[in-house]
Amino acid sequence: MTSWTEELTRARLHVVSGKGGTGKTTIAAALALALATGGRRVLLVEVEGRQGIAQLFDRAPLPYSEERIASAPGGGEVHALAVDAEAALLEYLAMFYNLGFAGRTLRKMGAIEFATTLAPGLRDVLLTGKVKECVNRTGPDGRHLYDAVVLDAPPTGRVVKFLDVTKAMADLAKVGPIKGQSEGVVRLLHSGDTAVHLVALLEEMPVRETLDAVAELDAADLRPGAVLVNRVNPIRLPARSISVAAEGRVDESRVRAGLQAAGLDLDEFTLEGLADETVEHAIRVQSEKEAMELLSESDLPTLELPELTDGVDVAALYELAEVLVTAGVR
Amino acid sequence: MNKLEFDPLLDDPATRVLVCCGSGGVGKTTTAAALALRAAERGRRVVVLTIDPARRLAQSLGLRELDNHPREVVVEGFEPKGELFAMMLDMRRTFDDMVLTHAGRDRADQILSNPFYQTISSSFSGTQEYMAMEKLGQLVAQDEWDLIIVDTPPSRSALDFLDAPQRLSTVLDGKFIRMLSAPARASGRGLLKIVGTGFSLFTRAVSTIVGGQLLQDASTFVQAFDSMFGGFRERAQRTYELLRSPGTGFVVVAAAEPDALREASYFVERLSAEGMPLCGLVANRTHPVLAADLPAAKAIAAADDLDRSGEAPLAAAVLRLHADRVAVADREKRLLARFTRAHPGVSLVGVPALPADVHDLDGLREIGRRLAGE
Repeated sequence: MTSWTEELTRARLHVVSGKGGTGKTTIAAALALALATGGRRVLLVEVEGRQGIAQLFDRAPLPYSEERIASAPGGGEVHALAVDAEAALLEYLAMFYNLGFAGRTLRKMGAIEFATTLAPGLRDVLLTGKVKECVNRTGPDGRHLYDAVVLDAPPTGRVVKFLDVTKAMADLAKVGPIKGQSEGVVRLLHSGDTAVHLVALLEEMPVRETLDAVAELDAADLRPGAVLVNRVNPIRLPARSISVAAEGRVDESRVRAGLQAAGLDLDEFTLEGLADETVEHAIRVQSEKEAMELLSESDLPTLELPELTDGVDVAALYELAEVLVTAGVR
Repeated sequence: MNKLEFDPLLDDPATRVLVCCGSGGVGKTTTAAALALRAAERGRRVVVLTIDPARRLAQSLGLRELDNHPREVVVEGFEPKGELFAMMLDMRRTFDDMVLTHAGRDRADQILSNPFYQTISSSFSGTQEYMAMEKLGQLVAQDEWDLIIVDTPPSRSALDFLDAPQRLSTVLDGKFIRMLSAPARASGRGLLKIVGTGFSLFTRAVSTIVGGQLLQDASTFVQAFDSMFGGFRERAQRTYELLRSPGTGFVVVAAAEPDALREASYFVERLSAEGMPLCGLVANRTHPVLAADLPAAKAIAAADDLDRSGEAPLAAAVLRLHADRVAVADREKRLLARFTRAHPGVSLVGVPALPADVHDLDGLREIGRRLAGE
């Protein structure tokens, strides 16, 4: 495990992506809590309309406004926003056209979904546009309102397309309000203010997708941040026993003697069960080790987060945040 | 809890299509491939349609590239009683083929080169789902296999699979495109009356944002498409009917995790609302305790003792990894019990996890055994 770098500390927009099922939303929330630790104000944003943040923090669906959802140790606070492309488009149009009632009707008819479907890039431009606005917003004192913004982004398969606003704009009008805004978004996303973190599991597909995503990000001139390895299981066996056990060999007489020394007298069946569990553990440890080696090809800071056997609840988010803080996240 | 029994299902000649669905990352593809292998070894002529298989899994089935046609799985030493074919879906090619089959040469060229077609066929979020269904329809029509097993696209929600074809057909239906591209001609009639002047404002706003050229392309595309198919909607409808016909069954795959089970719950409810036949739930990658007689607390206490004395590090490690396993197994049992309480009628089978990724037929065969509860 390596740690958070000075460069990452300077980032203000933390984009979190990962293969589906890797725990991207959980890690994004934990990262927001970690960044808020010590008294900072952080905004956690989701863009896929799934209300994952509300579920995670066990509360009612978030409206289209920034709500305070959690406190962090040391007086920090995390706010949350579920950006909705339709609402963003209406908000946007309202700035330039007076749509009023007609806007709401069009929304009911699905006309707006239609417009965003017509040009898939439009949806992305609207969502990233809103994120940029949050990152750059300043308070009355002229300082940034949020010290950092964490974006729970689309999964690895789509994230580069999502962030590659320049390409999306190729489909859209060459002039007009969106064009002007998108230039600011491009500047932000390609600057040192933005880092794209990738959540991975130590399994074949997530590792493969992580490496592919790093290459794609590099090619699009976007900045990969850290690899956040989720659900890392504890390694229990002494290093020298692992490869032997992974081949199916557990020294049962030694185990039995050890158990007897601890006052456990177990029957053959239970001993066999323990040996089988040990072999499976060793095989898994080995395959996770291989996955970790493959991940190191990305040459990115790699942070490990433990598997939580009790599942993920709000308390667990703080636990994960603490792990991140210990690894240097600030 | 009813146990989901796969062997009778796979052996029944009336079972013609099995759809493996569930949220992303739960092991749908592997489950589909393992079921297909088992069915072939039990004597059926099977084809498995995979969507986005892991490289090593694809290789184990002899799939090296997307070629969009089923190939017989030929592996040394593999001699099933029946036959096993496999394919990987090429979404773009399936769409292109559909256009080529149904449009005349000239019109097909016109459609294939339209920029809007390129967008829809490669990046619209429902296209992969729709094309998976289209391919399934084709495989059924070919009538060469007596069992077709389908994997579904890795969408975040299992429901996308049912909704996407409808969403795509709504887009291609052309109502909005016609209105957007020809608002002057259409205004004052029907739907537009309700919206009134707001609509022309909206149209203007949209074309400012999207650009007139794209609207023009979209309009041309929809017109060409519309006349060619007599409505995309009907096609989507037919696929939908296929999913409801006897002989089709849905296998919902979930990991024993809250998110995956929540998705599985939505999907189970939806299937029942749509009158689609649910075979049951595969609780994938569980970790049952293999030394059930040793309680976790006792194992931890003994490990602590050993650690203090510094003796027998191997035995201490074994005790701790056992305690970890008990904790995981208990959690999984709790989550599955909760699912069963909410859906008492749904059959379920737990599939113990293999310790490493599957990358050959032996691994798939082992998963097949676990699916069958052997």
